[in-house]
Amino acid sequence: MKSNEIKDDALEPRNGRDRRKFLKLSGMALVGGGLLLSCSNDDDMGVVNPDPEDPDPVDPDPDAVFDLGAGNLGILNYAYALEQLEAAFYLEVLKGSYYVGASAEEKQILLDVTNHEVIHRDFFKTAITAAVKPEQVLPDLEFDFSAGPNAVDFSSRDSVLKTSVALEDTGVRAYNGAGKLIDVSDDAGKVYLGLAGKIVSVEARHASAFRDLLKPGSADFAGDDVLIGLGGTAPAFDKAALPGEILKEVIALGFLKTAFTANNLPTE
Amino acid sequence: MNFIKLLESLSDKEALTKKGSRRDTFLQMKGFGKNVALASIPFGLAATSSKARAATASMAAAAFQASPIDVLNFALTLEYLEKEFYQLGLESGVIDDKDMIVFETISKHEDAHVEFLLGALKDQAVAKPTFDFTGGPGGLSLDPFNDYPTFMALAQGFEDTGVRAYKGQAGALAVDNDLLDYALQIHSVEARHASQVRRMRMEKGWITQNTNTLPSDFAPIYAGEENTIQGGVDLKGLFDDFGGADAVTAAFDEPLTMEEVLTIGGFFIVPAE
Repeated sequence: MKSNEIKDDALEPRNGRDRRKFLKLSGMALVGGGLLLSCSNDDDMGVVNPDPEDPDPVDPDPDAVFDLGAGNLGILNYAYALEQLEAAFYLEVLKGSYYVGASAEEKQILLDVTNHEVIHRDFFKTAITAAVKPEQVLPDLEFDFSAGPNAVDFSSRDSVLKTSVALEDTGVRAYNGAGKLIDVSDDAGKVYLGLAGKIVSVEARHASAFRDLLKPGSADFAGDDVLIGLGGTAPAFDKAALPGEILKEVIALGFLKTAFTANNLPTE
Repeated sequence: MNFIKLLESLSDKEALTKKGSRRDTFLQMKGFGKNVALASIPFGLAATSSKARAATASMAAAAFQASPIDVLNFALTLEYLEKEFYQLGLESGVIDDKDMIVFETISKHEDAHVEFLLGALKDQAVAKPTFDFTGGPGGLSLDPFNDYPTFMALAQGFEDTGVRAYKGQAGALAVDNDLLDYALQIHSVEARHASQVRRMRMEKGWITQNTNTLPSDFAPIYAGEENTIQGGVDLKGLFDDFGGADAVTAAFDEPLTMEEVLTIGGFFIVPAE
């Protein structure tokens, strides 16, 4: 992967294609990343335009679009963006009628997960703010979960839980893939790698619980649909995905309303 | 208990070589074709990138000290334990019918983890220790293959330990991008398992403080999970509207050192002669 200038011409149609692919995965099935993977060999990340069907980004002034940054700062901002997405989603869930009428067990799970994601989000904000200048901290992102082809029906158990699974599985793949991008040559980097490890397993615990709620007692908590084999083994390993792939999927969801770029993230 | 012997065996190159022949037998039983596939895994155990050199130069931190071979053998030892535990569980008939799919799934994954690590380590793999799931080596007398609650409790303990064990070795594997990837890819699957088994035992899928419903002998499995300081910031009092300190501890899983894990594993590992 290489850093790239913003390339609206190249990016726009690819996002459109990704989005169509995504839609074929029946609703919220972001988990089936294989299809996206297979058509996304091009690794440049370019601008994260929240509306791929709009040829003009929200703000055409490149100076006004936030870039996640380089090195460990970029990775931290990337994680912060994903945690903002998760926290915003669950905070909406708690206001919806499905949550209000859910069983005690499901309420407890959703409340706990909301708390965890808010804690992750605010932790990253605090950690990044302490380390860099204010203008290097990813701003508060805006999300809209109610519009578009993947709109969440917050009155629907199925809609809420499937979106939850998609977000948590994505979080697992994202942190798994980001670990190696963290520069551990200084003490701060070692701490960041440690933190990624501390958070990713909690995301996996969430994913497992939501998957089991959708199909209790099945193999889905660690289903073959989300795992891969390595070196010829049966599926028994979570996937690891680079930021470019993850961000394309996040765009394809259609929830993200604030543009930012990811042009300088580390690639190895 | 003294499990230094096991620790030593993980770094005793002579012993590793000697035991390699037993591993070969094991692999041959699984079929030559798979051997070939595993042999082709592009493992770069020798650190060559500039990032790796930089990491190597700053390996002062304890978590960054073990060699990748040692870490993989440590992981293999844990996976041997889990694999045998579920295999014996499935053979014993102790598992409730309604839970068979879950434990068959977990068992399949642990088999694959062992297979993968053996393929990665080749003739540097440690031999499987002798396990005693009564906990005899730790002075216990458990009966997991006749008593289902005990089986479930041990399954939870092994999975939560596995999560913490892999997490504790991420730093040591940071010298090699591929190895770090692979370890993380196993780590999160262990967490999926842990969440499922915990919920089947009516615990939450995540770990709140260091509380648990396992026998008190296994307190070391959760020791340190009550930590609220992350990245040098104490988060304890910052989230009173979002579950407070309990949620803070649940939002971050904590690592265990190799020695702490081997102390736990030592309950079930018959010391080498």
